[in-house]
Amino acid sequence: MQDCVHLEYRVDGQNFVSAGSATESVKTFLKGMGVNPQDVRRVAIAMYEGEINMVIHANGGYAYADIYVDKCIITLVDTGKGIKDIDLALQPGYSTASDEVRALGFGAGMGLPNMKKYADECIIESEVGKGTKVTLVTRFD
Amino acid sequence: MKISEAAKILEGTILCCEEFQDKEVTAACGSDMMSDVLAYAKDQAVLITGLCNPQVIRTAVMMDMLCIIFVRGKKPTDEMIELAKERGIVLVSTPRRMFSACGKLYSAGLVSGGY
Repeated sequence: MQDCVHLEYRVDGQNFVSAGSATESVKTFLKGMGVNPQDVRRVAIAMYEGEINMVIHANGGYAYADIYVDKCIITLVDTGKGIKDIDLALQPGYSTASDEVRALGFGAGMGLPNMKKYADECIIESEVGKGTKVTLVTRFD
Repeated sequence: MKISEAAKILEGTILCCEEFQDKEVTAACGSDMMSDVLAYAKDQAVLITGLCNPQVIRTAVMMDMLCIIFVRGKKPTDEMIELAKERGIVLVSTPRRMFSACGKLYSAGLVSGGY
């Protein structure tokens, strides 16, 4: 097997039907590789929250998955409005989501906390008005 | 219990993937908030929810769930049924409300699989 597999996805903004399809594709790939189901799920939850965030807040963006034998690095990049206060955004329960998003079952302020909880490393870089880059590293058991 | 038994207990209708109705499930999770499902669900194969949109199906996929039960008579759209079919997730609709649906299934032996 190759040392690294690189997958790329365009994530559409405000499309609440397709939201999650990039994550599903990565999940299927990892499953196919025989990665342990718990780790597959950890990657899926963290990436899905990130993907949803891009759809909701950033008018979409790009999702990249770099998959190695022992780990998976997900990078989510958008050119949206950025996060003013990352520490605040990381507080469970804090959310700026619209009512429409809340009606979808999101916007509970658990997105970033969930990413942090499930990924081994969660790096959030953001600049207001420029965009956000989230890097999620999950090491396989 | 089998998915088909859960559907029967709730006087529910199986809307798709009948071929998987004999699958065994032991634990369930009830929530209208998908982020909470992602945050707290562990190995529950059944999602009981009053929320009815495509992200419910996606959430169930992420959590490797086998069955979604829509309470309060919610009926998923054709689009949602299609998503579920492609992924082999059994969709059930019950007229029961969340509390009584959870109670009925819990009494019948389904566990919460968490705190």
